[in-house]
Amino acid sequence: MYHHYDAIIVGSGGAGLYAALEASQRAKTAVLSKLYPIRSHTGAAQGGISAALGNVEEDKPEWHAFDTIKGGDYLVDQQAAKILAEEAIQAVYDLENRGLPFNRTPAGRIDQRRFGGHTRNFGEGPVRRACYAADRTGHMILQTLYQQCIKNKVAFFDEFQVVDLILDGTTCKGLVAVELATGELHIFAAKAVLFATGGFGRIFKITSNAYANTGDGPAVCARRGIPLEDMEFYQFHPTGIMGLGILISEAVRGEGGILRNRDGERFMARYTPTLLDLAPRDIVARSIMTEVRAGKGIRGDRKIDDYVYLDATGLGKATLMSKLPDITSFCKTYLGIDPADSPIPVLPTAHYAMGGIPTDVHGRVVLDDKGTLVNGLYAAGECACVSVHGANRLGTNSLLDLVVFGRRAGRHIGDYVKQADPPQVPTSAADPARAWIGRLTDGQTGPHGGHIMEEMQTGMMEKVGIYRNAKEMQAAIDQVQALRRRYQSVRVQDRSKPFNTDLLELIELRNLLDLALITAVSALNRQESRGAHSREDFPGRDDTQWLKHTLAYLEGDKVRLDYKAVDTSIWPPKPRTY
Amino acid sequence: MKIILKIQRYNPESDPAPYFQEYSVEANPNERLLDALMQVKRFQDGSLAFRKSCAHGVCGSDAMRINGKDGLACKTLVKDVVKQDGDTVTVEPLRYLPVQRDLIVDQKDFFEKYRAVQPFLINDEPVAEKERPQSQEERMAFDDATNCILCASCYSACPVMAENPAFIGPAAIAQAFRFLADTRDRGFESRLPVLDHPDGVWPCQNHFKCTQACPRSILVTKRINQTKKMIEKHRAEGKA
Ligand SMILES: Cc1cc2nc3c(=O)[nH]c(=O)nc-3n(C[C@H](O)[C@H](O)[C@H](O)COP(=O)(O)OP(=O)(O)OC[C@H]3O[C@@H](n4cnc5c(N)ncnc54)[C@H](O)[C@@H]3O)c2cc1C
Ligand code: SF4
Ligand code: FES
Repeated sequence: MYHHYDAIIVGSGGAGLYAALEASQRAKTAVLSKLYPIRSHTGAAQGGISAALGNVEEDKPEWHAFDTIKGGDYLVDQQAAKILAEEAIQAVYDLENRGLPFNRTPAGRIDQRRFGGHTRNFGEGPVRRACYAADRTGHMILQTLYQQCIKNKVAFFDEFQVVDLILDGTTCKGLVAVELATGELHIFAAKAVLFATGGFGRIFKITSNAYANTGDGPAVCARRGIPLEDMEFYQFHPTGIMGLGILISEAVRGEGGILRNRDGERFMARYTPTLLDLAPRDIVARSIMTEVRAGKGIRGDRKIDDYVYLDATGLGKATLMSKLPDITSFCKTYLGIDPADSPIPVLPTAHYAMGGIPTDVHGRVVLDDKGTLVNGLYAAGECACVSVHGANRLGTNSLLDLVVFGRRAGRHIGDYVKQADPPQVPTSAADPARAWIGRLTDGQTGPHGGHIMEEMQTGMMEKVGIYRNAKEMQAAIDQVQALRRRYQSVRVQDRSKPFNTDLLELIELRNLLDLALITAVSALNRQESRGAHSREDFPGRDDTQWLKHTLAYLEGDKVRLDYKAVDTSIWPPKPRTY
Repeated sequence: MKIILKIQRYNPESDPAPYFQEYSVEANPNERLLDALMQVKRFQDGSLAFRKSCAHGVCGSDAMRINGKDGLACKTLVKDVVKQDGDTVTVEPLRYLPVQRDLIVDQKDFFEKYRAVQPFLINDEPVAEKERPQSQEERMAFDDATNCILCASCYSACPVMAENPAFIGPAAIAQAFRFLADTRDRGFESRLPVLDHPDGVWPCQNHFKCTQACPRSILVTKRINQTKKMIEKHRAEGKA
């Protein structure tokens, strides 16, 4: 089938829905999502959304911007971070005005709590900046935005999976998508396309990310010649439930939870004496791994899957019930423990992609280090790289990124489509996608995707995880390349058209393999340690050579690397201590 | 341990009617039932179709009937549904929604009924300050209803649906209550035609099956009864 729109939004998480609300007011807009909108992974976000409201103590956007930049180990584009921190305040009020049920202070205002790396007066101590709705902040944001989309009659194509992007030179013309219910290919001709497809934690074995987080947007873009920025910076959240990776929000530490090793010691006091357990995530995750390697994990066997305790017993049942009810319920369901009585066994879990599709502060996709734009192509949310998170994102800054830059992109699209010509797209535009699917479903026998997926996830976890070195990363690249060759002969086991989830998962697998490759290659080339990228063979940050963003171009079997400057126009880089 | 998954299969392209197929899987008692289903899908039979996403009970994708009880496969542990090696777990799609393929049901009706209650804040008054303040008590009055992930477990568990397919169902009413009980909302009157209707709140007979099924611990039946009371109070005030 063939459809015509002014604007197509791909993805219905926080970023996509906010953009859709804005764009649909001024342009014929549709949202395509492979999940029902309210199933998007924004709904899993727990702890909060940051904004310097100052509802409970003094706070300033300037402090917020500084924390974001320092937290990102100075790889953040500083003007973008300033926009993020300044527009945060109105963004949070807008959400409240649209019905979001934030927790309240005794005076009836939006309540705020502490989160890692968010400080008062440029690092003096933790500040209460995270606005929250219990530990379901993302759920409430997703619900509120979806409710507003219903109210404003936004058009949705639910369970449509985008598989290709149609470009004509440097102008975007539309998309190709598969409809889950029928297996049919659809062409969406559009003046503007926004990717808001979320993260890709599924390249790793242990992750807080949903099955659907397969990085489809970045992978589709990469195969169409668009670079991916800073892909080596992947955040491991310090506290995932041991073995499962289910997230235990930083809000637990924000409310007073403490990390302990096998001796019961509050080990963070040795690493970050000022912020203690509320240091940024890269530092806390590394500290946990250092404890484990030193035999201070709970088992003490120094193995990579040994763990530490997150002790929330001091919080009391009442605080746990009113502020962390879902965390409490996860512990009961999956571990059989009550966090009010027993410490929670935790280990770092693959959590958030700082890198992604490069954009400017209006969400427009940027092709190179000269700032060349792809007309009509936009990206926002976790799949994009503005870059406000640099080498390490602070907690609560992602939900904020979604609403601030989702809205900006939606508005810009509204203006852009007014002057853009309606695209002419031949039906042959779907041929590459048809050929790919045709091969996967041609009836021949071939390996199934399950083992390839598992080997990729294990390899990436072990070799491109928290601590990295050249030898292991090279081994990961070789392994992923071999898996990509094996992928050439995979075939579906499901031969029917309606609801062929087998086919759609094989398509996702290719996306993951491409992103795993780009991640590993970008990581191997960066010979320094910065933020979430820590190399045993290059332990220091090297601003003379590496204060620059990576741009990785996927060219067939190869990844070509280029670099572009970082905007450091406000605060010159300094050593990062907490 | 070894468990048998007895799964209802149906492919509209080739099957005249649904049937059961059994798979034997090696599963850890502490694993999720969803993990066992994924074992089948990834390593035994890629054609098995079901929805899933978050894998920890917050997205509402994988509601199904497990040993005759409605719930989420990712919030059900293997040890909750089997006692010993070789035991069988029966897995079926949700009820009262057309089966499209295997465990996938058509949620169109369910979402239409949800949309019918106008599930969004209705308030056109200008916001006097930056936010619309609300006391902690006022906020907590509708707290549990905000947890709904629209998984439709309650819909499938409700005995009234069997007799009256037009009943808007427990989830839609809980969603309406979430706004009716919010001090910031002004939409009572505009939601009334759908709620105070023979297929609105009134068919509920307090079976409590929705409350038992709800994976988000929402006191669904209680919220339905509170909604009924609001409507009765409104009627009484109208007459007075
Ligand atoms: C457990 C957890 C807790 C978190 N807690 C916090 C927190 O407290 N604070 C914070 O700031 N951040 C938090 N984060 C991070 C934050 O939630 C995410 O980064 C953010 O929600 C991503 O939103 P998004 O809109 O970019 O994508 P998502 O919400 O993931 O949405 C992606 C959308 O794209 C669609 N899609 C994907 N591929 C395709 C395709 N091929 N075709 C069509 N549609 C497609 C999906 O259907 C979905 O609708 C948390 C993350 C996790 C995993
Ligand atoms: S009320 Fe509970 S069972 Fe019903 S749809 Fe909502 S979360 Fe699911
Ligand atoms: S997969 Fe999300 S609720 Fe089970």
